[in-house]
Amino acid sequence: MDVLMLSRLQFAMATMFHFIFVPLTLGLSILVAIMETKYVRTGDEMYKRMTKFWGKLFVINFVLGVVTGITLEFQFGTNWSRYSEYVGDIFGSLLAIEATVAFFLESTFLGAWIFGWNVLSPKMHALCIWLVAGASNLSALWILIANGFMQNPLGYVIRNGRAELADFFAVVGNPFAWQQYVHVLSGAFALAGFFVMGVSSWHLLKKQNVDFFTRSFKLGMVFGLVFSVLVAVQGHHHAQEVTKIQPAKLAAMESLWETHEDGAPMYLLVVPDEKNEKNAVELFGIPGGLSFLAHNDFKAPVQGLKDWPADERPPVMLTFLSFRAMVGLGTLMPLLCIWAFLRRNKLTETPKLLKAMLFAIPVPYLAIEAGWVVAEVGRQPWIVNGLMKTADAVSPIVTSQVAFSLVALTLLYALLGAVDIYLLFKFAKKGPAEA
Amino acid sequence: MLETIWFLLWGVLWAIYFILDGYDLGIGTLLPFLGKSDTDRRIMLNSMGPFWDGNEVWLITAGGVTFAAFPKAYAVMFSGLYTPLMLLLFALIIRGVSLEFRHQVDSPAWRRVWDWGATIGSFLPALLLGVAFANIFMGLPLDEKGVFQGNLLTLLNPYGLAGGVLFVLLFAMHGALWLTIKSEGDLQRRAANLARKLWPVLVVLIGAFVVLTVIYTNLLANYLTNPLLLVLLVAPVLALLLLRQQIGKEDWWFAWGLSAAMITGLTLFGVVGLYPALLPSSINPDYSITIANAASSTLTLSIMLGVALVFVPIVAAYQFWLYRTFSHKVTEKELGHDGAY
Repeated sequence: MDVLMLSRLQFAMATMFHFIFVPLTLGLSILVAIMETKYVRTGDEMYKRMTKFWGKLFVINFVLGVVTGITLEFQFGTNWSRYSEYVGDIFGSLLAIEATVAFFLESTFLGAWIFGWNVLSPKMHALCIWLVAGASNLSALWILIANGFMQNPLGYVIRNGRAELADFFAVVGNPFAWQQYVHVLSGAFALAGFFVMGVSSWHLLKKQNVDFFTRSFKLGMVFGLVFSVLVAVQGHHHAQEVTKIQPAKLAAMESLWETHEDGAPMYLLVVPDEKNEKNAVELFGIPGGLSFLAHNDFKAPVQGLKDWPADERPPVMLTFLSFRAMVGLGTLMPLLCIWAFLRRNKLTETPKLLKAMLFAIPVPYLAIEAGWVVAEVGRQPWIVNGLMKTADAVSPIVTSQVAFSLVALTLLYALLGAVDIYLLFKFAKKGPAEA
Repeated sequence: MLETIWFLLWGVLWAIYFILDGYDLGIGTLLPFLGKSDTDRRIMLNSMGPFWDGNEVWLITAGGVTFAAFPKAYAVMFSGLYTPLMLLLFALIIRGVSLEFRHQVDSPAWRRVWDWGATIGSFLPALLLGVAFANIFMGLPLDEKGVFQGNLLTLLNPYGLAGGVLFVLLFAMHGALWLTIKSEGDLQRRAANLARKLWPVLVVLIGAFVVLTVIYTNLLANYLTNPLLLVLLVAPVLALLLLRQQIGKEDWWFAWGLSAAMITGLTLFGVVGLYPALLPSSINPDYSITIANAASSTLTLSIMLGVALVFVPIVAAYQFWLYRTFSHKVTEKELGHDGAY
């Protein structure tokens, strides 16, 4: 394997591993902040115990999100130095702004929150977790604005042999970035809802701390329901945006090879055959279905993959499967939440629901990871859509260096990931401290 | 003009990072030497508990600012120093998780593992940053395209290693002084003794490093074009001398402040001596990465300056609040509280 392939693998591994922890940080921080606010408002000790129990899981999860985030900043320079040089004027400043306006806030007030139980007033302490929650979500915004530039570059001019900033507000106001932000955030909030419901279900199945976990479950349920519906509805609009801005990505998502001038069908069962530029299996077609989904019009034309030369198409199989996985899992999520909502006052009498919610904890995780594969693999061969190819972005470094770092990083991550998940299990199973 | 402002800010950000995370890295390094018992080690870790994460962000910001203000320097530095930076990254990851994981399981074997993680994860960044900066002062083997023509061993030259040792001991002193502020009793006494013993070593080492700098680097020649700037050396030297006095007086906050001033002074002395280069080339000075050929557009530099002028004071204010709020000593009682490491 060459430096390019190894660097791609390393970036994919590091990013996907980072994103196991980030969504829970984004959503659970808000849930914990809500619990602590309720405690401060009502003085109800139950909410204090909830804050501490879920806060403990939050912190254990948080640390891996933080330490693996540094890797991503480093990697742009270590492995993608030509990219960094070419778009650093824009992309670098977004990362620097993220650190300055959000990351400091998040890290500083998390320290105050963890260590401040006996030092700060209850109100001040609750404010700290709100600042952590706000800053985490603000941090995600800047990262997605940076990613949005890679998906839909705006506000730049090619000058001095690189992309230079021409219009800061165009970069920051990038509609594609904001769509992604809403999509990622609602997915992350739904994930946190599922996490809380799943852990609560385990205890409710055992009938321990029933009141505590019923309240937790219901709070998670509200989050899960609202945001899994939102992520699905908004995801549809986001896909329509992709159709306009990245038509090759859409064609790969659907494995659509031929251009359909008067309405592209939607097949429920498809097996792509990339080598022969066709689908081996296409069954259960809905005439005009894809056109309708993409353009709200059964007759609208949709471009097929053959419109692009073979070296300007994304990998079809991976993009296609990831998209189907995301949509499938994303459909399951609101259904589970609706079921939970209907049985919300009979939770302990509905062990089937509790078991389903327990085993559903991985569902939003898989959906989010699949979503990122669609977003990033589907953009290939471009690192910045239409502007720079990934192959031209890689650093002038030696293969053995990348091979070493890829192996070492994978082993380190596997080890730390295992320890972190062990700790999450340990404290999730242990339950809250006695009242 | 904007480029020069950002060059100085770049140096200042590194200095702030070294002052703040420097003591964390120092305490981590000293963990096996000063931490005789589990309680000792817990006090040491808790002395940086609320702060280390916020301190580390200064490194992310220094990296981010290199990326934003001098993208070419960022690209050349991070790809050229690939392996040392990966090692730095692994070490910082291990340091972070060690601090958070250690107290989660009440088992001596578990804690021993994360103690080692904290120590290695603190010692290695200090060493690597020292080696990296010394090599930057000396010049990296950069060809006309800015490609690094060397490997890890190229960096492990006598001057690079001297820089590594200097950073490790500077941070160890800085960490020992922080510990004297945050602890009491026997542990505090041991930390104070260590600071006393480290002082003459640092005097010799800093002296030797300055001499080596004259031999190995072009910093002196650069300063001689503007000899007035040599005053920059006065501050760290003065701080170093006063430090012995304050250690003797046991005024620990003052002593820590002097150590911080010394670190800042040495960092700025080195960085200013590079000007206008960020990464001098040892192959040919014309291949150097300078503020002229690496800077971002005027628009980006202006916007970033606006962001920095507004947000850095805000960050400084709330981090100051954090330090004030948690300025008390870490006692054994403190260790029983929720969230304590």
